[in-house]
Amino acid sequence: MDSIQALIVDDSSVMRKIVERSLRQAGIELSKVFEAGNGAEGLAVLAENRVELILCDINMPVMDGLEFVKALAGVENAKGAPVVMITTEGSEAHVVQALSLGARGYIRKPFTADQVREHVIPLLAVKA
Amino acid sequence: MTMPSQSLTLTDSHASWGPMLEVAVREVFELMLSCKLTVPENPTTGILDITAMVGLAGQLCGVMSIQCSRQSAGLMASKMLGVEPEKTGPELCDAFGEICNMVAGNFKNKIAGLSDGCLLSVPTVITGSDYNLHPVSDSAAVEVRLLFENKPIVISLQLHR
Repeated sequence: MDSIQALIVDDSSVMRKIVERSLRQAGIELSKVFEAGNGAEGLAVLAENRVELILCDINMPVMDGLEFVKALAGVENAKGAPVVMITTEGSEAHVVQALSLGARGYIRKPFTADQVREHVIPLLAVKA
Repeated sequence: MTMPSQSLTLTDSHASWGPMLEVAVREVFELMLSCKLTVPENPTTGILDITAMVGLAGQLCGVMSIQCSRQSAGLMASKMLGVEPEKTGPELCDAFGEICNMVAGNFKNKIAGLSDGCLLSVPTVITGSDYNLHPVSDSAAVEVRLLFENKPIVISLQLHR
């Protein structure tokens, strides 16, 4: 698998680091990881940088994960990048909404690197 | 430990919620910190000078809180981040709040049919021990006392129905 650029959107800097570490433990080669504290910051990152993978929390201030996923439809630098929601929120309604808006997967916190591997690798393989 | 059934319902008595809360806490510590919590053999006392809280609103209303010492919270943050405890710094509160958030979410997801009916607040972390918490609660707290690296940790769910 080629090295990829990823964007991690979560209002917790600790969780962003844990998600990045889990991606690396899952065997995903990351050439660059961009971080954002909410959806609006994520869109600002994408205005200037292309990514091949996006991992996103749902409950965040300013712009939540559902609004962010909805806004991605018009973002050139996110085209083709699978979006995986990683959140504590177990609401089925939110999961259905996120998937209908374009998210490709869903991981519930707490999670393991194995779960990240199971949910993310197939999406990157399909893309390739 | 006797494992509780896989899920609770809102109508189950609160007395039966303790074991499930304990499972929810243990899962978070094992998955995110690679750490097994233990049960104190005797009633424990110790410094509890940091508290993380997450509010629950909807079909289940109340406050989930976790108390321990700042030293323990620092060790939790270091285990989450994979760094030495002295290098956690300002991330201590962020990590401790996230642990409480995950415990609250994990617990509510174990209550059948509640996932869409209960929302969580963002976590709040309080440092210091000279305070009293007065939640608007009309039922006894569900409380679990465990040991993290042989230091006490108290997880409490104050409910308002």
